[in-house]
This record gives sequence, C-alpha cells and structure tokens, in this order.
Amino acid sequence: MSNELTVNDHIPIELRTEALEDLLVERGLVDRTVMDNFIKTYAQDVGPLNGAKVVAKAWTDPEFKERLLANGTTTVAELGFKGPQGEHIVVVENSDDLHNVIVCTLCSCYPWPLLGLPPSWYKDPVYRSRVVKEPRAVLAEMGLDLPDSQQVKVWDSSSEVRFFVLPQRPAGTEGMSEEDLVPLITRESMIGVALVAAP
Amino acid sequence: MTNVSTLDVDGVAAPPRANGELVFAEQWESRAFSLCMTLHESGAFEWDEFRVELIAAITSWEADASPGDTYSYYRCWLTALERVVVTKQLLASGAVDDRVEVLAARPAGYDHGHDHGHDHDHDHGHDHGDHH
Repeated sequence: MSNELTVNDHIPIELRTEALEDLLVERGLVDRTVMDNFIKTYAQDVGPLNGAKVVAKAWTDPEFKERLLANGTTTVAELGFKGPQGEHIVVVENSDDLHNVIVCTLCSCYPWPLLGLPPSWYKDPVYRSRVVKEPRAVLAEMGLDLPDSQQVKVWDSSSEVRFFVLPQRPAGTEGMSEEDLVPLITRESMIGVALVAAP
Repeated sequence: MTNVSTLDVDGVAAPPRANGELVFAEQWESRAFSLCMTLHESGAFEWDEFRVELIAAITSWEADASPGDTYSYYRCWLTALERVVVTKQLLASGAVDDRVEVLAARPAGYDHGHDHGHDHDHDHGHDHGDHH
C-alpha cells in the first residue's frame, strides 16, 4: 500500500469513521466510554460561557485583568478553565485605538477551554485566508464596521499560542455586576468579529 | 465554498452571530473528534504530530478543490487521524479500507450495534455493485 493515504470521496465518510473506530476498539486502543465523555464534554459542557466569565471578571476586577493580560493560561486556570488546547493562552485587549481579531491560518487552533470548539466559519478556508489580507472588509461583511482611527490587529494562532480577545466593556454597563455582564458577552466578541453590545 | 470571494453571510455557512451553534453537524464528526482525543490522551501520539497531518490534509484539499466543492473540516480531520494511526503503526496501512469493504457489504438496513466482533477472515464474497 502507498503512503499517499487519502480519504476516498466515493466511500461514505460515516462508514470510514465507523471502520476506523471499530478497528481501534477491537485492538483495545480506545475505549468507547472515554470517547462518549469527550463528546459530551465538548458538545455540552465546555463552551463560550467560560470565556464570558473570564471577560466579565476582567471588567470588574482590575487585578485579575492585570494577571490575565500578563499570563493568560495560569490566570484562567484560577477559574478552573484548563485542558487540551489551553496550554498557551495569550489574551489581547481591545481598546478605542486597537481592535484584535483571531484566526488560525493553517488549521483551527483555538482556545478550547475558554470557547469550546470553534464554529464552522472559523475553520472555513475563506475566513482563514481573507481575514489576514483584508480584515476590515471581512469584519464589515460579518457586521462589524470599525472606524479608520482604530488599528486592526490579526493574531494567527498556532501550536505555540492560542489567542483570546478581551473585548471592550460597552458604555452604559457601569453599574452592572459581574454575573449580569456574563450573558452580554458573545463568542464572536471573544474572537474579535463582533463587539459586546449594551443590554 | 472555498473559492467564493466573500464570506457566506446568509447561507448555510453563515457566520453565526450568537452562541447557539451545534458543535457537530453530523454524528460521524463527533466520533472522528473523540477518537482522536481519546487516542491522544492515551499517549498514542503528540498533538503536534496530529496537527501537522491536519494542516497537510487541509492544504491538500485547498490545493485540489474545484469551484463549488464543499469544504469539510472533519473529512480533513479523519484523513489526518488515519495517517497518524498508520504512521504510529497502530493499524496497518489498508486496514481501514479492508474494514470499510466489510461494513459496506452488510445487508441493507443492517442494524449495527457496537458489540459485534469482526474476527472472521476476508474470504467472503464482496458485492461491489453499489460502489462507484
């Protein structure tokens, strides 16, 4: 057999996946209970709510925010958020002068412990290639028009670093508690393709 | 949709503006994902070994795609996982192909549980009538 393994498009992908799973289970290399737990964890338990809690805390606790920007990984671990793809989290902060947006140009690197698995558009070749070349145009197509005065920085995630955007706290939320702020914070705002809107 | 010049803002691949997207569009995607995670956690390979293959599979798809081809991230994921599994000698090259043939030869409507063994040899007749 050749090493040029490619998935044959004529074979239903479901069948190919089933074949691989059956073989690995039969050889005792994977346990279906462990598999099911991974699916449950990422389909139900780990999601953008974790990231929203981090952002709300950063908005209301200046010392936490300082630690967060200095060392993302250890600081989010204070809240219990750690795990695969969370080993090297770097938090980049939006301001009036600077808007940050994240991408993984080569595959799909993403801060799983804070945001769960990435949405389909994040993995799409169009987003991955275009947001680097023309971020303002891509953001505008996604509904985010940024003023020319605001610099746009695109952060390319990698196996070394997973970026996470700390969005700006919207005006009009000054009196709100950390708990009340959490539901305002969307996944898109923590990727940098949207802003957090006031309620 | 990889060769279109703008993001698909309204169609099926539209960027969602809220948090409520299904993580896995189809069941096999969740199996492919969890197979990889389970093997990795057991120490079968380093994550970067998988990532390199994932990047290669994605790059290869993008290089070969024709206009109108639908991108499937988890198809690339599965290709990468198969390569790692063969490279790490967890399975022999061709083992998956052989098993696919066995599975494809099941009678229509076969209600496959996950408790069936596949110890038999591949000496039964294959009906390739449904293959392209």
